[in-house]
Amino acid sequence: MSSHYEAPIRKPLVTGDKSYHDVTVDIASAVEGKANKLWWIVFGISLSALAWGIGSMVYTISTGIGTWGLNKTVGWAWDITNFVWWVGIGHAGTLISAVLLLFRQKWRMAINRSAEAMTIFSVIQAGLFPIIHMGRPWLAYWTLPIPNQFGSLWVNFNSPLLWDVFAISTYLSVSLVFWWTGLLPDFAMIRDRATRPFQKKIYSLLSFGWSGRAKDWQRFEEVSLVLAGLATPLVLSVHTIVSFDFATSVIPGWHTTIFPPYFVAGAVFSGFAMVNTLLIIMRKVSNLEDYITIQHIELMNIVIMITGSIVGVAYITELFIAWYSGVEYEQYAFLNRATGPYWWAYWSMMTCNVFSPQFMWFKKLRTSIMFSFIISIVVNIGMWFERFVIIVTSLHRDYLPSSWTMFSPTFVDIGIFIGTLGFFFVLFLLYARTFPVIAQAEVKSILKSSGEKYKKLREANE
Amino acid sequence: MATNKTYWKSIDQLDQNNPIVAKLEQNEFPEKLPEDFKKDDSKIEDSSSSRRDFLKYVGFTTAAATVAACEGPVIKSVPYVVQPEQIRPGVANYYATAIADGYDFASLLVKTREGRPIKIESNPDSPSLGCANARVHASVLSMYDSLRLKSPKLNQSDISWDSFMSHFKEKLRLLNETNKPVVLLTQTFASPTTKELINKLITKYRNIRHVTYDTISESYALDAFESIYGIRGLADYDFSKVDTIISIDADILGDWQGGGYDVEYSNGRIPKKNSGDSKMSYHMQFESNMSLSGANADKRVPVTPAVLKNILAFIYGQLTDQPVKSKLESDIQKSALVAVNKIKKSGNKAVLVSGIQETEAQELVLAINSFIKSDAFDPNKPKLIRQGNSIEVNKFSEDLIKGNISGLITVGVNPVNNLSEGIEIGEAIKKLDFSATFSMKMDETASVSQLVGSLPHYLESWGDYEFKLDQFTLAQPTIRPLFNTKQFQSVLIEAIDAGVDDYYSYIKRYWTNNILSGNSFSKTLHDGYFTKSNPTKNLEIENFKDLIKKANSLCVDKEKEMSLILYPKIGMGDGQQANNPWLQEFPDPITRVSWDNYLTVSKSDADLIGLKNVNVANGALNGSYANVSLGKVKLTVPVLIQPGQATGTVGLSFGYGKKLGLKDQMQSGVNAYLLYKKQNKVHQVSISPAEGFHEFACVQLHNTLMGRGDIVKETTLEIFNTKDKEYWNPVPKVSKNHIETKVTSPEVDMWQGFDRSIGHHFNLSIDLNSCTGCGACVIACHAENNVPVVGKVEVRRSRDMHWLRIDRYYSSEESFESDNKTIDDIDGLGDSLSTFGEMENASENPQVVFQPVMCQHCNHAPCETVCPVAATSHGRQGQNHMAYNRCIGTRYCANNCPYKVRRFNWFLYNKNDEFDYHMNNDLGRMVLNPDVVVRSRGVMEKCSFCIQMTQKTILDAKLEGRDIKDGEFQTACSSACGSGSMVFGDINDKESEISKSKENDRMYHLLESVGTKPNVMYQTKVRNIDKT
Repeated sequence: MSSHYEAPIRKPLVTGDKSYHDVTVDIASAVEGKANKLWWIVFGISLSALAWGIGSMVYTISTGIGTWGLNKTVGWAWDITNFVWWVGIGHAGTLISAVLLLFRQKWRMAINRSAEAMTIFSVIQAGLFPIIHMGRPWLAYWTLPIPNQFGSLWVNFNSPLLWDVFAISTYLSVSLVFWWTGLLPDFAMIRDRATRPFQKKIYSLLSFGWSGRAKDWQRFEEVSLVLAGLATPLVLSVHTIVSFDFATSVIPGWHTTIFPPYFVAGAVFSGFAMVNTLLIIMRKVSNLEDYITIQHIELMNIVIMITGSIVGVAYITELFIAWYSGVEYEQYAFLNRATGPYWWAYWSMMTCNVFSPQFMWFKKLRTSIMFSFIISIVVNIGMWFERFVIIVTSLHRDYLPSSWTMFSPTFVDIGIFIGTLGFFFVLFLLYARTFPVIAQAEVKSILKSSGEKYKKLREANE
Repeated sequence: MATNKTYWKSIDQLDQNNPIVAKLEQNEFPEKLPEDFKKDDSKIEDSSSSRRDFLKYVGFTTAAATVAACEGPVIKSVPYVVQPEQIRPGVANYYATAIADGYDFASLLVKTREGRPIKIESNPDSPSLGCANARVHASVLSMYDSLRLKSPKLNQSDISWDSFMSHFKEKLRLLNETNKPVVLLTQTFASPTTKELINKLITKYRNIRHVTYDTISESYALDAFESIYGIRGLADYDFSKVDTIISIDADILGDWQGGGYDVEYSNGRIPKKNSGDSKMSYHMQFESNMSLSGANADKRVPVTPAVLKNILAFIYGQLTDQPVKSKLESDIQKSALVAVNKIKKSGNKAVLVSGIQETEAQELVLAINSFIKSDAFDPNKPKLIRQGNSIEVNKFSEDLIKGNISGLITVGVNPVNNLSEGIEIGEAIKKLDFSATFSMKMDETASVSQLVGSLPHYLESWGDYEFKLDQFTLAQPTIRPLFNTKQFQSVLIEAIDAGVDDYYSYIKRYWTNNILSGNSFSKTLHDGYFTKSNPTKNLEIENFKDLIKKANSLCVDKEKEMSLILYPKIGMGDGQQANNPWLQEFPDPITRVSWDNYLTVSKSDADLIGLKNVNVANGALNGSYANVSLGKVKLTVPVLIQPGQATGTVGLSFGYGKKLGLKDQMQSGVNAYLLYKKQNKVHQVSISPAEGFHEFACVQLHNTLMGRGDIVKETTLEIFNTKDKEYWNPVPKVSKNHIETKVTSPEVDMWQGFDRSIGHHFNLSIDLNSCTGCGACVIACHAENNVPVVGKVEVRRSRDMHWLRIDRYYSSEESFESDNKTIDDIDGLGDSLSTFGEMENASENPQVVFQPVMCQHCNHAPCETVCPVAATSHGRQGQNHMAYNRCIGTRYCANNCPYKVRRFNWFLYNKNDEFDYHMNNDLGRMVLNPDVVVRSRGVMEKCSFCIQMTQKTILDAKLEGRDIKDGEFQTACSSACGSGSMVFGDINDKESEISKSKENDRMYHLLESVGTKPNVMYQTKVRNIDKT
């Protein structure tokens, strides 16, 4: 088959002499085996972080937003920073699965499952913040345009926060459907291998009765393509709309037309970094080095480098435009960002986001697993600071100097953030133990073309 | 159950005459109904209740159980048994009355709802002291103070008034018989009837000596006036009548000589066109502390107290061409010469006032004003609202401590806390044969007295006052006394057997006989004031002696040590309302610090001594502590670095540091009265740094304007008169297709406006020239709109809830004009970095500007577009509405507000023990305005343009079928603003004052370039600065 041919100079995407059965066994082993001690330790830590977060949220909701460090001038800080940060992280999944699918990038197959899982889990974290940051979260449903008996009350379609509601919920639902569709043959694989009746029952439910007929496969392919087409605009729209929260405002430092592309690039940047963080650990813990290879990590690093540079250009453009605008408030906002009381946040952001990815120009560094891991963490720290810088340093000194003040987080602010980190890892760890973490059906489809074993066989035949 | 039921098998059976039925019954085996069918019924048939009864019982018990289960929200409210004629639910009644608490004196209107006074308004018709300041506006809350004395006490246990009186009379009789000296120590009453009653008391009990004691003394000015004009009073000034105001340490906008000068002052500060050029008064201030007057002055010279005396002597010498040996440094002499020249040029259109506490100095002031025949100066109608005599007070305290006094009666004063030797006085009072204190609080003096008479609040009292000679004021109660209280005058009436039942009858009799000369008492009571038409006597018998000698006596050497100048804070005054949370939370107009007093120190002195002000991570302000030593007294005081403080001086305000009769949170600050030796406000003290930092609750953490001249626009009188409006008040422009277009032009507007020509369209104009920053509007807004008090900790976290704030900016250089120039001249990145850093610090003697900011009610409101649930939206009348019930609390609106006027309810501020202020007790909640909702946690709130007031005006007019006159529309702030700098009204009424304000050349909108199109406008500040 011509589709199985791949240029010999291309490095194999599946290393080790893997047969189809080997792939099945490797990927099912995490689900079928027992968790080791390390898993339980990490899970325990995550669970306690989650418990702390829940405690902080309960305290907030029962006592008031006053338990946070916000004030009359800085009305958003860690809450919306965390929200945008998590949404940004949630960006990589769709990009990898949808955009790379449309571009026929085969290397995505080893990572798309986990990237999408990460997307869904981080969008869940992100979705928490707009709700708990409300003064009266029990009325959060008022942001939905549902028919009501409050008179003629309706939502305000002018508000970017309302657009957020639609953007995030659309993104979450499309991502979930896309993810689940891809999971169906893999769940079916586990179902077919399951020996315990309970497990079999669960996985047969999860696999929606997948039978593996040709018709199933044909529909599967078609749906995947349609969903990829649907999801691709979402990659752009979600963070564009999140950026509108700021861009449509009148606050210097927020009111910036560059925000949509800049936010999307930043989101891809942080999303890929988070994928790197997770997969570098997972390939080791779950023995998936043959599937998630150095080459995968290198390709991810290149994306990180490019998006990091785009973000850097955006930062510099902002400074230039502030100067060029001639608006004194705008000029001061950016001067204050870089040299004001929050200079450390700005320069943390600059260092982490603009300078650190530049190391990826060196092949040696971008193929080093340890280095990639460190950079992936650094990038996400930097991206958190980016949102903090945009939100807090713009608000804390805006138009009237009489209202200028500062923000400092309380233990509740910190607790909620830690709590969402905990929640995210709880979900991800459970996922790693119960879901097929690599899209094995898809990997099998490229095994002949890109598997090391078959590449070698082909070479031998020639 | 009793039943009439009959059982039948077929319908024919019912007819008893039916032959077939009868026949069938005769059958051998008649088919009867089975026995068991009716078995149970036998018992039921025995009972007497019917099926209907059963249903009744079930119905009743169900209903009763239901009713019992729902407890109605009955909260100790008692309905009127007899509906009072005047009180209609939902309709406010206004009563004219007056406050005269010994410190604040003013004619007032009191708004009552359902019989509760809820708001104080100025009495604009009153000819004297008709304007309420911030403390007076807040005084209504002091009535609902839960820590007030609720009944008279004998040795700290409650007794009845009858036994109080018998004790009181018995003791007086005994002391009188043994002829032991008794001192009656009282506040200034300024009340003709009280004066007569006290005289009668002294006639009856010859052993009683009356000492009038002003907590903050104006004794020297009184002595000077008395020695020259023969009457114990204070010269009155009308600052609107002069072109030049020279003030030497007289805080004419604060509480100098009883205060109340701001209305006329402001009047003269608005540039007015007579013939040709516009004119406004020129105000020059020499002072040590940065006062409200200094902040408003056109030129302010900070000097030490000794230099102030020299300046006065120098000016006197120059004006009278007599040699005075003043010791002035050349630059200060130059400033003093400016003052001299200004006075000479203006002639009788000049006035000089001084707050120097020396009789000689005050005599010189009177002499200068009468020499130049100042139009502002009126010795014929002296003010009588200060009567205290420091010499007598000092003698009293000596006598008391030495044991020369056997009995003490204090009324409305608290010498144990408010005299520097208070602790000894307290000990001495405990040893007295007889001590009686009349007070509203269990304060320091009351707690050591044998008898404590619980006084009513002034809103529960009758009263009559003579604030100025021949200008009388009547005060009436606006509510029945809340507690078992009695006025001191009623006590006197009983003590001297005055032959009337109560104080009211006494006042009525006295007024009818002595004051009204045939005019109606009821009408006077309704109006609140009465002016005696016959000018009694001409006081211009001038009696000046040895003035040049007195002038020379003022030429003292410069201080060797640090001078401490004690002063009353605008919000706290003498401190008798220290338990008033509104006043505690009221930010000082100058420092903008609430909940504290502090030592104001100049930057250079602070650096020298090693005192610091720092901002912590959340922006909040911390200040070093300093030890202030004066003789044996040593106080540890937090330090606030005050731009404009004269080098070599420090300031400290009265009124704080009280401990008794106050809630824990209110016991803030330090007691400055401990340093008020001999009632002298200036002392030489030594200052040393102390350990630790004090946590301030300051609402404004950035003090300078950063060269943002379009926020507070200002110009000089010269430019205002000579240049075009475009020059000094340009409308910002944007480039549209490379054409400079005004931002107000519809062409650059991306929104479609509504048609606003129908109905009312409200606008508010704020004149930065006449706004003195007094803060009466802030408290009025608090009272009208049920704004919560959040406490020191929350204010420190920048979470104050004030809907209306008065921003105060200092210039970074010597003037705002040079600030703007510096910003324009910035060259390159390096320069901008250093320049902006420097501009964050205020100049040593800065220009000051006040800018009241509330919701600007933008026609293109940034908050309205971003609310996801449309909780904030625009009204037809121009207001930006806030629907609290709809708000879900995303705070996006507050973030997107360029004016930062929106306030979020971070916590539940009412009925919450964490916020134990007036909204946490039933008594305190009585002050709440029933027309305004009390907000819950998690919602945003802000200024509403007092929509409850404008709607009432509209509905009243509609009901009465008439048009609304200009001036009828008011907001709480505009009606509290005595200086008229806040004007509110309907711009669709083209004849209205607000429409004229809108057309004024000085008009601009705050941050016009943002394009928000606010409904609040400002009038450019014009400074009368002479470049020569």
